[in-house]
Amino acid sequence: MADKLQGQSLTYENPPHIVGQGSIVGPEEAEGPMGNSFDLVCEDVKCGEKTWEKGEKKMVSDVIDYTLGSSSISPDDIDFIIAGDLLDQLITASFVSRDYDIPFLGVFGACSTIIEALNLGSMKMDGGFADCVLCFASSNYQTAERQFRTPIEYGDQYTSNKQWTVTGSGAYLLGWLGGQVWITHSTIGKVIDLGVKDTQDLGSAMAPAAADTILQHFMDLNRGPQDYDLILTGDLGRIGKKNLNTLLNEKNIELGDKLQDCGAMIFSDENKYGAGGSGCAASATLVASHIIPEIIAGNLNRVLVVGTGALFSPLTVLQNESIPSIAHAVVIEKIPEGG
Amino acid sequence: MKQITKTKDEYQKVIKNNQSTKGKITNIIKAFFIGGLFCSLGQSLWYLFMTLNFSQNDAGALSTVTMILLGSLLTGFGVYDEIGQFGGAGSLIPVTGFANAVVAPAMDGKQDGLILGLGTQMFNVAGPVLVYAMVSAFLIGLLKLMLGG
Repeated sequence: MADKLQGQSLTYENPPHIVGQGSIVGPEEAEGPMGNSFDLVCEDVKCGEKTWEKGEKKMVSDVIDYTLGSSSISPDDIDFIIAGDLLDQLITASFVSRDYDIPFLGVFGACSTIIEALNLGSMKMDGGFADCVLCFASSNYQTAERQFRTPIEYGDQYTSNKQWTVTGSGAYLLGWLGGQVWITHSTIGKVIDLGVKDTQDLGSAMAPAAADTILQHFMDLNRGPQDYDLILTGDLGRIGKKNLNTLLNEKNIELGDKLQDCGAMIFSDENKYGAGGSGCAASATLVASHIIPEIIAGNLNRVLVVGTGALFSPLTVLQNESIPSIAHAVVIEKIPEGG
Repeated sequence: MKQITKTKDEYQKVIKNNQSTKGKITNIIKAFFIGGLFCSLGQSLWYLFMTLNFSQNDAGALSTVTMILLGSLLTGFGVYDEIGQFGGAGSLIPVTGFANAVVAPAMDGKQDGLILGLGTQMFNVAGPVLVYAMVSAFLIGLLKLMLGG
């Protein structure tokens, strides 16, 4: 087997630093329990543009500008952009990238996209193929709802198992100099499908993928819950998190309070948002604006972030297929003194 | 080998245990009252138009048109989806529910252009209702013809 690969997990010899990060959210996320954490807020969901899709692009461009501005890196220093979103043909990521003179790789992992991008970016860095990589991902309630579900003003009822797409975007710059956290390991997930067909409960569809990746990560690296201060899933929501806990308990893994979920943290009002937030932006924004600052502040040291994605399309739902899911994990740690 | 080896049936049991079941009864009661409210409003309008000296048929048509206007306006102002969230299936009742099902996709489609955007997307939700209403009308008509009506 390759030197740096154990099972599905990679150990970086030269862990890339996260030298800059930023997040932007819409007005509803800003009013939620994590509202004060985010770097930028769009007061209007269209960000002043004419369509929701253009609004999502504007949001992503703004957060990239913010991230570049808050680090000492200029676009000329960036070797690759690795990015994605939820829309067909990755229109947000690719249309935003046309404004930059940087080679672009579009990736799709549904709501796990940012973790997939960070994993691929870290591999490029440690493999010696890049010195600086920009990763970003975005989602938007209106554009996602329109593509995957029903029209926005349509009067269908949100059940308490359903999740609400987070409007926002997170951007990350991987480099060698500066930054106080780095990426030490990645675990690449397999596509898991336990036959869930209910698109009103994607958390339950994704929980087995999250469980699989977490168990695989522990086994590959000979680690356990005691090695982490926090295990953060992307967008399982409250129901998916319960299912994940049940699946892990059956394998004798007790995570207790160490298990948190970005989607559940961003939206807590169950009457309005059901089981919590979902979408690429759930993990992309919260890790950038809450988790990394917590690590820098010393409240956390080593965090396992597990991005979760439901890999369905409206067409597969019509054709009565179940929902395949994936979970990718990344270990973010404080860089030790002299590291 | 994958770490999670549960069967689909076993996992469905896990989900059932963890899914929220609260509020099912209150949901039914709310749906009954919201649906009833719309119906009573429609009926009151009918009586109102009759007291204004319209014939029974004209009053019926006028009250339906008024309810369509109401459903469309509430959708346009972004209120109908809130009613749907509160009242569940009660908001699906014909006339206002149908108006919502036509206006909501039209609002989404407007940003994609008036003809190929709004024009094509307007019947995204209501299209099947129209198709199968026409098919059943045809079949019933055929039946009536065969029975010598």
